[in-house]
Amino acid sequence: MTAVTPAPLSTATAPAAASAGAAPPSRSGGRSRLRTMAGFAFGAALLFAVAPLLLSDFRLALLAKYLCVAMVAVGIGIAWGRGGMLTLGQGVFFGLGGYAMAMHLKLADAGPGGMPDFMQLYGQLDELPLWWRPFASPWFALPATVLLPMAVAFGLGSLVFRRRVRGAYFAILSQALAAAMVILLIGQQGTTGGTNGLTDIKGFFGYDLDDPVNQRMVYFIIAGVLLALLALTRQLIQSRYGELLVAVRDGEERVRFLGYDPASVKLVAYVVAAGMAGLAGALFVPAVGIISPALIGIVPSIEFVIGVAVGGRATLLGPVLGAVAVAWARTALSERFPGTWTYLQGLLFVVVVAFLPGGLASLWALARRRDVGAQPARRGWSPLGRRRVERTEAA
Amino acid sequence: MTVLFGQLFTGISIGAVLLLIALGLALTFGQMNVINMAHGEFIMAGAYTTYVLQQSITGAGLSLVVALPVAFVVAGTMGVLLEVLLIRRLYARPLDTLLVTWGVSLMLQQLARDVFGSPNVQTRAPDLLTGNVALPGGLTIANNRLFILALALAAVAALTLALRLTPLGRRIRAVVQNRDLAAVSGIPTARVDRTTFFLGSGLAGLAGVALTLLGPIGPTMGTNLIIDAFLVVVVGGIGQLKGSVIVAFALGVLQATGEYLTTLSVAKVIVFVAIVAFLQWRPQGLFTLRTRSLA
Repeated sequence: MTAVTPAPLSTATAPAAASAGAAPPSRSGGRSRLRTMAGFAFGAALLFAVAPLLLSDFRLALLAKYLCVAMVAVGIGIAWGRGGMLTLGQGVFFGLGGYAMAMHLKLADAGPGGMPDFMQLYGQLDELPLWWRPFASPWFALPATVLLPMAVAFGLGSLVFRRRVRGAYFAILSQALAAAMVILLIGQQGTTGGTNGLTDIKGFFGYDLDDPVNQRMVYFIIAGVLLALLALTRQLIQSRYGELLVAVRDGEERVRFLGYDPASVKLVAYVVAAGMAGLAGALFVPAVGIISPALIGIVPSIEFVIGVAVGGRATLLGPVLGAVAVAWARTALSERFPGTWTYLQGLLFVVVVAFLPGGLASLWALARRRDVGAQPARRGWSPLGRRRVERTEAA
Repeated sequence: MTVLFGQLFTGISIGAVLLLIALGLALTFGQMNVINMAHGEFIMAGAYTTYVLQQSITGAGLSLVVALPVAFVVAGTMGVLLEVLLIRRLYARPLDTLLVTWGVSLMLQQLARDVFGSPNVQTRAPDLLTGNVALPGGLTIANNRLFILALALAAVAALTLALRLTPLGRRIRAVVQNRDLAAVSGIPTARVDRTTFFLGSGLAGLAGVALTLLGPIGPTMGTNLIIDAFLVVVVGGIGQLKGSVIVAFALGVLQATGEYLTTLSVAKVIVFVAIVAFLQWRPQGLFTLRTRSLA
């Protein structure tokens, strides 16, 4: 970018400045692998045994919803935490997955040759619009929940990353994508359900969603998928690619000079994050029974990010725990004091991002006196001089 | 022909609103590289200032005239507070600034809800601005749209002159072009930053006053406007004003034309696609300051 406003000299107050550059994650030594396995077993026990035993059906359904948000958070953790791409439009991918799933379930509810109820309600349509038709088949709809968001992310990402649109510019562009998507959905009310979205979904592949037993089944599916995504993410960030991604985040130009193509590296992370958001949206629909523009617009898209920031953007578990904690706090507080939550949420953004950029995970690391390599390198040595590193990140 | 001119003027007036909002951002984002998501709430503050003033000043025309400077100062002061308390600590981390100011914007919205109530409020427009100007050929142009266009152009002219001719403007330009060199040359960069932020946020206040002429005032009025305005600055290119001016009007006309040919929602998507396509051609925006920086 035009890069004319280097940072003032006197701002070395950020807590992040203390931690050194990103140490490469230790490659799966025996002990670390064992610990990870134990961690996964513990998480699985918590999700599959403890939570269903302790929580009422209502709370379990809420937890299912939070876990969907956590899936989006895992993706943001990869794209933003490890890759430095602040994507403020994950709601778009969440929505694409959610709408693809909801369209299929609506058509399945309506029966063969039937039409979703809202289409008759809003009038004019005599037959199913052409672009709805493939979604009648689960063989199209299910892959589409993941592949459609990935395709959109690939399209946008391959255009902008290659032209080195990044940092704040990318964030604004991704947010504009969310705005455009919502306006489009609301504008095409006759075929998308407009502001109401797709509601009143009754069945899930032949199972009645009103039945608490089936709701539990949906919860187990979601918990299983989340664990699988976490395992996948761990493999990804421990791989050579994962290290390259962190390198691109901390010094894109240096990676370019080393002969790699940063655009492709970023593109992969962005597309993976989009796929995770799509999957989360698809599972959100049977868990909650609705998908609507209000769930995927600018505001929810940026709310996905705050959970990640609270938990610790560049850690594996931080985004998940942060997302669940924030979603839980939101429900708990807004049940009792509706206005207070908004203040608290705003304060959370300010305090966590400004004063604790590593999230709660950095407190954990501090307590254990270990540098987990979670912090973006901000004051590293560089042949181009200290200030240039900041600029690369800033631009 | 009438339709064409009508659409053209609709586009220009959309562009004028965009420009008025984007002008403040062109200063804070364009010149200082700070992404202030609370800019939309400064617009809201300007709009509510007009509303509050109308409670005590009965004449709609007089209250509007008084509101312009008062809103400028109110929003500008809020901007300086934000700069001093938070943004100053985050200059090296633009993405984090974005999230922090988003948090501030959430709090300001809730504050507006608590003080003024969730429902939108309305101001009275002065009689002078409620009519239409009839042009030959059956074309009419709303007075309030003309007023906003004039206000936007006046703001651009004043800002351009201030940046070109005054000592303050010279200092601002120096800091934009090379902060370190400006600092060693004895320019108090921190104070220049604060002044720039005051001006940029104050312009948001002006935009807020103008927007009361077009529609109701509500706590979330800033959120939707702000993204379009950021896009204007991104596409216009940072570090100067002329790009934002041209792009604001271009996007306005594109939006109006798209809306005329298709629908509002499709027009928004067209504008987005056009922006992504444009950034393929000029990823740095329409005009750029030439530097030798890598990034």
